[in-house]
Amino acid sequence: MSRPTPFHSRTGPLCHGQSWANWAGFLAATTYQPDHLHEYNAVRTGSGLFDVSPLFKYDIRGRDALVLINRVSVRDLSKCRIGQVFYAAWCNDKGMIFDDGTIFRLGEDHFRMTAAIPTLSWLQDNALGLDVAIEDVSEQFAAVALQGPTSRDMLQSLTDVDLSGLRFFRCTDGKVAGAPALISRTGYTGDLGYEVFVRPDDAESLWDAMMEVGDEFQMLPAGLVTLDLLRIEAGLISIDSDFMSVTQTMFPVQQLSPYELGLDWMINLDRGFFVGRDALRHEKAHGSRWNTVGLELDVTVLEKVYAEYSMPLQFPYTAWGSAVPIYLDEPQKHHIGRGTSGMWSPVLKKYIVIARVKPEYAKLGNLIWIEEMVEAHSYSIPARVVKMPFYDPPRKKA
Amino acid sequence: MTQNFDAIIVGGGHNGLTCAAYLARAGRKVLVLEQRHVLGGAAVSEEIFPGFTYSVCSYVVSLLRPEVIRELELAKYGLKIHPLDSVFAPMENGDGLVSYADENKARKEFSRFSPRDAEMLTRFHEVMYKMAFAVKPIIGYVPPNISKPSLRDLGTLKEFGQHLQGLGKDTFHELSKIMVMSVDDFLAEYFETDIIRAAHGLSGIIGTMLGVRSPGTAYVLLHHYMGELDGAFTAWGAQQGGTGEISNAIADSARSHGAEIRVSAPVAQVIVKNGSAVGVALENGDEFYADTIVSGCDPRVTFRKLVDEKDLPADLVHAIDKFKYRGSSGKVNLALDALPNFPSMKDKSLLGGAMEICPSVDFLERAYDDAVFGGFSERPYMDIYIPTVHDPTMAPPGKHVMSIFVQYASYNMPGRGTRDEQRQAFGDAVINTLSEYVPNLKDIILHKQVLTPWDLEQEFCLTEGNIFLGELTLDQLFFFRPAPGWAAYKTPIRNYYQCGSGAHPGGGITAGPGRLAALEILRDGN
Repeated sequence: MSRPTPFHSRTGPLCHGQSWANWAGFLAATTYQPDHLHEYNAVRTGSGLFDVSPLFKYDIRGRDALVLINRVSVRDLSKCRIGQVFYAAWCNDKGMIFDDGTIFRLGEDHFRMTAAIPTLSWLQDNALGLDVAIEDVSEQFAAVALQGPTSRDMLQSLTDVDLSGLRFFRCTDGKVAGAPALISRTGYTGDLGYEVFVRPDDAESLWDAMMEVGDEFQMLPAGLVTLDLLRIEAGLISIDSDFMSVTQTMFPVQQLSPYELGLDWMINLDRGFFVGRDALRHEKAHGSRWNTVGLELDVTVLEKVYAEYSMPLQFPYTAWGSAVPIYLDEPQKHHIGRGTSGMWSPVLKKYIVIARVKPEYAKLGNLIWIEEMVEAHSYSIPARVVKMPFYDPPRKKA
Repeated sequence: MTQNFDAIIVGGGHNGLTCAAYLARAGRKVLVLEQRHVLGGAAVSEEIFPGFTYSVCSYVVSLLRPEVIRELELAKYGLKIHPLDSVFAPMENGDGLVSYADENKARKEFSRFSPRDAEMLTRFHEVMYKMAFAVKPIIGYVPPNISKPSLRDLGTLKEFGQHLQGLGKDTFHELSKIMVMSVDDFLAEYFETDIIRAAHGLSGIIGTMLGVRSPGTAYVLLHHYMGELDGAFTAWGAQQGGTGEISNAIADSARSHGAEIRVSAPVAQVIVKNGSAVGVALENGDEFYADTIVSGCDPRVTFRKLVDEKDLPADLVHAIDKFKYRGSSGKVNLALDALPNFPSMKDKSLLGGAMEICPSVDFLERAYDDAVFGGFSERPYMDIYIPTVHDPTMAPPGKHVMSIFVQYASYNMPGRGTRDEQRQAFGDAVINTLSEYVPNLKDIILHKQVLTPWDLEQEFCLTEGNIFLGELTLDQLFFFRPAPGWAAYKTPIRNYYQCGSGAHPGGGITAGPGRLAALEILRDGN
C-alpha cells in the first residue's frame, strides 16, 4: 500500500500511464511519458524535475551531534563544514554496509541525514550516552531534485539566493518561489543539479512555479526509470541493485562492505572509533572479496549473436538491476563476479555495466566476459574494465 | 606555397570529414579543404541571426551509421541526439492526425479515422520493419561491380542473396513491390484514410522531383525507414546544437588523430599528372600535394569541375552529365519570439515532434503539379521541427527556432523574375501557407532565412540544389551511384576517389560514403 507524496496532486495528472512504483511506502512515478527517453534527454540537455520526497530524513542536534554522526559514518564528518554536504555510507560492526546517503551540516551541532531505509532506531541505539536529539523529519519536508544543464538558470529565476556562489555539495537556506527552502547542489544524476526541500504545505506551489517556468528551460518532470539510467552513467551505486542493506540480508554471502562497493575513498581508518572500523581495518589488511568496477561491453559481438537469429541488435533501453554472471573466459568455466546494473547509454552510445568482480580481475583495461541471454541462449560477451563515472560532464562541478 | 600530405579531402561536409577521420586514424597525414568559413557542408549549424542558431540545411538524423558513431567515438566528441517521437499533421477541417511512436496511443488516434487503419498500422510497421532489416545490409557494402565482379563482389552478392532468402516469401514480395510502386499506391494497400496516407506518403517524395503518385517513390519511403537510433529502427532524432554539431564531432574526432582541417579554402581544381591525381590547386593559387585526393563533392563537381574531361572516359562523362539532381526542395529557417500556436493541436507537447503540412494526398500531388514545369508550389508541403523545445543551446530562453523543409521548389523558376524575387515569392508562399495552420505565425517571426534550390547550389555547392547530391531513385542507387562501374569510390583517375553522398549509400547524414571510401582507399594501400 503506497501513499501519495505532497506533490501528488500535481504529479498525478502528469503521469500519463499511471505507472507508479512503491518507493519507501510512497507513490513514485516511474515514467511520466510513454517513452522515458524524453525525460532522460531532458536531464542531459535541459532539466528534469524529480519528486524525491520519499527519502528518509533525520535531524541530529545537540552538543554530541558530530560525535554521533562520526560514530555511525565511515566518512569523517569533522571535515564537513557548515553549509557543506557529504555523501557517506554507514555499516554494522562487521563492516557490512547498512545504507548510504547524504549528510548535511546545517549548523555546528546540527546535521541532517538522508537515507533509503528507516534508520531511526539504529541512530538511537548508537546514541546511548550522547547528548543528542534525533528526530525523524522525513515527512516534515517535501523534496524535489532539479537536475540538468539548465537547472541553475531555472532555479535562479525562482530564488533570491545567488546560485553562482553555491558550489558542488554545498547547501544554503533561501526562498524558492516564495517558500522557505533548503537548497543543496546535490543529486543522483552526475549532472549539474539541485535538490530543494520545502515544507509539505508549500509543495504544490513549488511544483507549480517550476512547471510555470519549465518550458523556458527545456524542463520535463522525470521518473524513476530515468533516474536509474542517470545514476548508472554517473557510476553511483543503488541499494537493491548493486547492494542490499545488511539489515535486509539473512546470510553473510549477501552482505557487502563499503570497500567492496568502491567507496574506499571515503573511509578514514585513522580516526577515532566508528561502527565497523575494526572489521574494515581487518579487511583493508587482508583484502576484500570483491571490487566494484565499470564495464563496457563490445556490442559488435552482441550484434553478431543477434544476427545468428536473423535479428537486429537489441539494447537494454531501461536499466537492468539483477545479478548477471561474469566469467574469466568465454566458455564460462571460471566465474569471477556479477554485473549488478546495466544499460545502453544514449549519451555515451555504449553498453555500460556496474559490476562486482574478484579484485585480481578489476584492473582497468582487463578483458572479461559477461553473460547475455539472447533468445533464451546464454552467450559470453567480451567487456573491458573502464573507469567510473562513465559520464562526468565538467558542468557537474563547474 | 606547397605542402605534402598523404591524403587531401576536397570538401568539409560530413562525409569528407568522416573520410578524413578514418584515414587519420589509420595514421595518414590528412588535409581537409572546405570552401566555406564553416565546416559541415549541408550538415551545418550557423548563427545567422544573433542569439539564434539554425540547422541551416539538414535538420534531423537517423541514417548515421552506428559503426561510425562507435569507431570515431562521436559521443565523446559531442554527438547527442534527441529522438523525435510524434508526428502532427493538421488538416484543413480543423482536425489533425497524430502519429505517436507508442503503438497503443497511435492505434487509438488512428481509430478516430478508421478502426481498420488503426489495426493495419501494426501490420504496416511490421512489414516496413522487415523490409528495412532486409535492405539495410546494403548500406554497409561496397557496391559490387556487376558486369565485372571481383572475388569480393561475388562474396558480397552471395551474402546479400542469402540474407534475402532468409526473409520469407511475403517480405520478398512486398520488397519487390515497393521497388516499383508509387508511395501512395503502396500505402493504399494498407490504409483507407486519406490523411493517414498523406502523412506517411510524404517520406516517399523528400528530395525527389516526383509526386506521391509517381512510380518509384515507394522505395524512398523505405529509405527513410532504414535509419536507426541506438539500435531502434526507423527512429529519427535531432542533434543538440543543430546538425552542424555532428560535423563538428566528426571533425574533432579527425583532429584528435592529427588531421588538419582548413575552412575558407576553396579548391579550384585537382592537379592530374599522367592520369594520376597528385594534388589540388586552391582558388587563391596555393597548391597542396598528396598521394591520394578525395572529393567529398557531388558527382558533377567531382568529375566535371574539379578535373578535366580529357582525363575521363567518354561513357563516364555521359553518365555523370545524365545523373539527375533537379533539386526539389527549399528551406526556410525562422527565429521566433514565442512558440507557434496550432489551434488544431490538442496536446502542446506535440510541438516537440515533427509537424507536417500535408492535409491530404491531393494537396501533396497538387504541390508537385505546381512545380513540375519549374517554379514552386503555391501551397507547399512542409516538414517542420522546432529544436528549441528540447534544446536550450539554439535560442535565448523562451525564444525558438523553427526549421521548415519545403517541397516543391524547382531550380528554375521561369516567369518569377530575378533570383531575389524568386526567393521572396517562395518565402511568402511558405509563410502564407503555414499561417493557415498557425494564425500567430507572422506576429512571432523575428528573422527569416529563405533558401531556394538555387541558393543551395550557390552557397553549399549542391548541384541544382539537390539535398542528396543526386536523386535517390533506384536507377541512381547502389552500383548505379553515381555511374555503373564507378560505384566503388574509385575514379578512372588514379589516386582520385569520391566520398560524398553522390556515392553509395547516398544522401542524408549517414557518414556511409565517407567511411566506405576511406576503407577502400586504405585497402588499395594508399
